[in-house]
Amino acid sequence: MHSDEVVWDTLGNKQFCSYKIKTKTQNFCRNEYNLTGLCNRSSCPLANSQYATIKEEKGQCYLYMKTIERAAFPNRLWERVRLSRNYEKALEEIDENLIYWPRFIRHKCKQRFTKITQYLIRIRKLTLKRQRKLVPLSKKVERREKRREEKALIAAQLDNAIEKELLERLKQETYGDIYNFPIHAFDKALEQQDAESETDSDVEKEEEEEDEDADKREFVEVDESDLSDFEDMDKLATSSEEDDKSSSEEEETETEEKARHTKSKGKTPLKGPTRRKRAYVEIEYERETEPASKSKAT
Amino acid sequence: MAGRGEQGTRLCGAALGPAEDHGAAPERVLFPPAFSVSEIKNKQRRHFMFLRWKQQQRKEKLANKKKRKKEREALGDQAPPKPVPKTIENQRVYDETTVDPNDEEVAFDEATDEFAPYFNRQTVPKILITTSDRPRGRTVRFCEQLSSVVPNSHVYYRRGLALKKIIPQCIARNFTDLIVVNEDRKIPNGLVLSHLPDGPTAHFKMSSVRLRKEIKRKGKEPTEHMPEVILNNFTTRLGHSVGRMLASLFPHDPQFIGRQVATFHNQRDYIFFRFHRYIFKSEKKVGIQELGPRFTLKLRSIQKGTFDSKFGEYEWIHKHREMDTSRRKFHL
Repeated sequence: MHSDEVVWDTLGNKQFCSYKIKTKTQNFCRNEYNLTGLCNRSSCPLANSQYATIKEEKGQCYLYMKTIERAAFPNRLWERVRLSRNYEKALEEIDENLIYWPRFIRHKCKQRFTKITQYLIRIRKLTLKRQRKLVPLSKKVERREKRREEKALIAAQLDNAIEKELLERLKQETYGDIYNFPIHAFDKALEQQDAESETDSDVEKEEEEEDEDADKREFVEVDESDLSDFEDMDKLATSSEEDDKSSSEEEETETEEKARHTKSKGKTPLKGPTRRKRAYVEIEYERETEPASKSKAT
Repeated sequence: MAGRGEQGTRLCGAALGPAEDHGAAPERVLFPPAFSVSEIKNKQRRHFMFLRWKQQQRKEKLANKKKRKKEREALGDQAPPKPVPKTIENQRVYDETTVDPNDEEVAFDEATDEFAPYFNRQTVPKILITTSDRPRGRTVRFCEQLSSVVPNSHVYYRRGLALKKIIPQCIARNFTDLIVVNEDRKIPNGLVLSHLPDGPTAHFKMSSVRLRKEIKRKGKEPTEHMPEVILNNFTTRLGHSVGRMLASLFPHDPQFIGRQVATFHNQRDYIFFRFHRYIFKSEKKVGIQELGPRFTLKLRSIQKGTFDSKFGEYEWIHKHREMDTSRRKFHL
């Protein structure tokens, strides 16, 4: 007992104790046998020759006791008692082992035991739930992938790719009738046709002018050229486009005779309306055969 | 003898030259290694000599270029076509699982895999979007925006539930797909996409997530119309299956009136997702305006069956030690 006081006087209060951790508000004790974890006169395992703790090992709780009789034998200093798994029974065991011990130690032992059982229960519950798996990242790999991603982004040229794809889809007519661009597919093919038939168009233009002069007489000639025109249209345009054209042509019967003269110069016009007007010129003579050709087309 | 000193080596070279001539073929004269700039011990002088050597190299290169250009112009029309520059895509190691468009076996496989009901229009996609535990604000906002982009999708807060318990419930409520956005350090960094009635589960690494407010020159909010889908560059079998999986998130019949398009563009195994609104200014020009969030995905693994990390059968796992060795080899 005397030595306890001496020990506390030196280690606890005045001099250095290697288990002591000082913080701004409190002192803690790092000793593994400490009952409360604080650095107090009553909780210091070095300064109390009669001391007890509860320690837990692999889910099993043990009661450790130290008495003054064994103070000379550090080897046998701490006596260990295994506590039962049943909470209440374990409390009774603590009580019967620590009978006649100071109230403080008994109380703190039971408190500590309660806390330990609670956290053991929590561990068991958590292991049943989902475990979060931590996957270590390698900095080198991350840096490499980030750089490669940047380069891939530049190589991808996303905007261009998307625009190209959309225009492709427009050309393939996946959008149907929503967009009213003047027969673009027709125009594309027409461009190819025009490359071949540029010379032909010159010849046809001369014929056109002759037709305009001699209105209803040169039926047969107009017929052939007209049919060839219609054949072209069959190859290139869909039936709906032809329908559009025919309806618009029929509407435009009398309004645009003079426009013909201006339109039929230069290369064969690429745009639909002017093309239509040229065809219209022929159609004037052939209203009766129109339905026949239309049926041929459809 | 090499490396003794500038003077020394030059003399040696001169001395040995004729002797070696007799030995070797008369065209190839083997000199011992000539003096190189790196052998000078004095740093200042070495640096100076190096700069001079560099200048010389540049001059030579320029002279070569000019010569070639002159030759090319001289030839005029007969000049050989310009050589195609090598790109990584050009030099890509040929993958034997590249899908040929006319391959019947692939077509048959695709007709009988888990996405066949979607492509046959028997099922309508219904998607559940959730996150990992305790999502932070950025992830939550990303999920909301993602659900505005993908039609018929619902966001649910993950209350610490196990995925294996969520999945049977989803199946019971007719969900077709489950998306889990994984979060780390307050940013979304992973995506698990699981096709529900026992479909494959794909795990992606997600990077460069940009929310709508971080996108410059963005348009208004995406509307409720069904967007179109563009899938670019999915060439191999694996790429095909991933492409189908991504396409099956969107309903089969897009509403062209909405003029919205969702793009998944694969480039060098990185899948870039963008969401745009387009408008055709003429038949040759289209304008696009980015709405919606953007992110990039990199496939990490594909597992057969719904999400089961322990006992699932993995179809493909990215092993970076084996698969990242070649810079010209890609898997998607």
